[in-house]
Amino acid sequence: MVATLRPRRADDLGLRRALSGFMLPVLVGAMALLAALAGTGGLEAAGMAARWRTGGTRIVTVQVPDPAAPAGAVTRADSVASVLGPAARRLAEAELSDVLRPWLGDDSARLPMALPAVFTLPGDPPPGLDRRLDQAAPGTLVMQGVVWQARLGELAASLQDCAGAVLLVVACVAASIVALATGAGLSARRDAVEIVHGLGATDGMIAARFAGRIAVLAAGGAVAGTLLAIPVLIGLARLTVSFAPPAAPMLLPAGTWWLLAGLPPAAGLIGWLTAQATVRRWLARLP
Amino acid sequence: MDDVIRLDGTGLHYGHGLPVLQDLNLVLPRGAFRWLVGPSGAGKTSLLRLLTLAVRPSAGRLSLLGVAIERAPRAALPALRRQIGAVYQDFRLLPHLSAFDNVALPLRLAGRPEGQLRADVGEMLRWVGLSGRADALPAELSGGEQQRVAIARAVIVRPALLLADEPTGNLDGAQADRLMQLLSELNRLGTTIIVATHNVGLVARHPARTLSLHDGRLMEGAA
Repeated sequence: MVATLRPRRADDLGLRRALSGFMLPVLVGAMALLAALAGTGGLEAAGMAARWRTGGTRIVTVQVPDPAAPAGAVTRADSVASVLGPAARRLAEAELSDVLRPWLGDDSARLPMALPAVFTLPGDPPPGLDRRLDQAAPGTLVMQGVVWQARLGELAASLQDCAGAVLLVVACVAASIVALATGAGLSARRDAVEIVHGLGATDGMIAARFAGRIAVLAAGGAVAGTLLAIPVLIGLARLTVSFAPPAAPMLLPAGTWWLLAGLPPAAGLIGWLTAQATVRRWLARLP
Repeated sequence: MDDVIRLDGTGLHYGHGLPVLQDLNLVLPRGAFRWLVGPSGAGKTSLLRLLTLAVRPSAGRLSLLGVAIERAPRAALPALRRQIGAVYQDFRLLPHLSAFDNVALPLRLAGRPEGQLRADVGEMLRWVGLSGRADALPAELSGGEQQRVAIARAVIVRPALLLADEPTGNLDGAQADRLMQLLSELNRLGTTIIVATHNVGLVARHPARTLSLHDGRLMEGAA
């Protein structure tokens, strides 16, 4: 007789049936998908902001008009090159033509005017560069991307904040979904809850049954949502490869994998905590 | 402490409605047995709800098993409820659990290991004549069988206080007498028992002191 009875793991409140619908896992899965996208966007924005702010992508551009004209014993271009030092790189004529093609077309080499020489120097400009270049070749222009890089850095930081806000909203929506599902479960099992409460079950016992079941459903939904997010994120990473640092990994950065791995436990924890709070608040009405 | 129930000017009303129980005064020691009688609507079920801690008193004082209910923190009540067995008119069985699991529920709530409770539950089901129906869900049982499951669930923990509301309502005469034997045995072992009933014949066959409720007021009578 005893061998045919239910397994040791109890479901006294019948929650496997009361909380068996697909709605909760599907909705939590959708929230996990959104969280994966927002979180990854936030991580990428943080990386870009850091790179732009720390000078990893800063370049000083030096433009030398009339580069072949003499400046002492050498040309103006050579004079500027000696001031800039070996870190500077002069753009080849082909590169310069590519840069100017939108304005000058394909025939920039045959124009009746001399194109300026263009040098790029990584990092921030050394102190006094303007003065020394003006002495070496008067009229030389120094252009820094600092202002734009700072603005891009601010843009990336604001994107990061937006991603954080989206994550917060997603967590709140997930908690609301869990609260509604828990409320529905309580309504469906109201009599059972009142009976076990009358038999001496503590609020903690009853809340733990609901919270355990809800946490499993929420974490399961989040696993599905996270798995769905992976191909989407890989596709987006390929589309935005030009924004990635030179040593970017083939698929997704390590931080993104950690984020994705953390989503199901986070969803389970949100589910567990919300269900605990919802059930305990409901039980507080009983004597 | 030997007083299992102590009512002192106790009253009860639901919401802002009229009082359903008024100025109840009663002291029941350990091992007492009382029939609770009175016409329908007199407040018997409300008194049993009060004594099973389904509601708290609206007035006066109530002490159960030495605990002053009106002052007790809510967290202290579950442990007290586990010492009180109750049989309800509508059985209050969990419909998704088998007869075995319904009877085992109080033991599981008390933390009894699974291996230890099986023998007790099996024995209790045998005693109420349901050993062959252990796997049946309540919906698969007759009214009398459900009532016996409810009785088994109420007494499985050997409660200090047992409250029963028409426990023989769905039992035939032989089963009712068998139930009374069980209650007598529990009572002899020290359980305080109150049985609400309309069954005059049952009261006559098992004489004991009575508690009469009329219009929410309680009177204690002789056997």
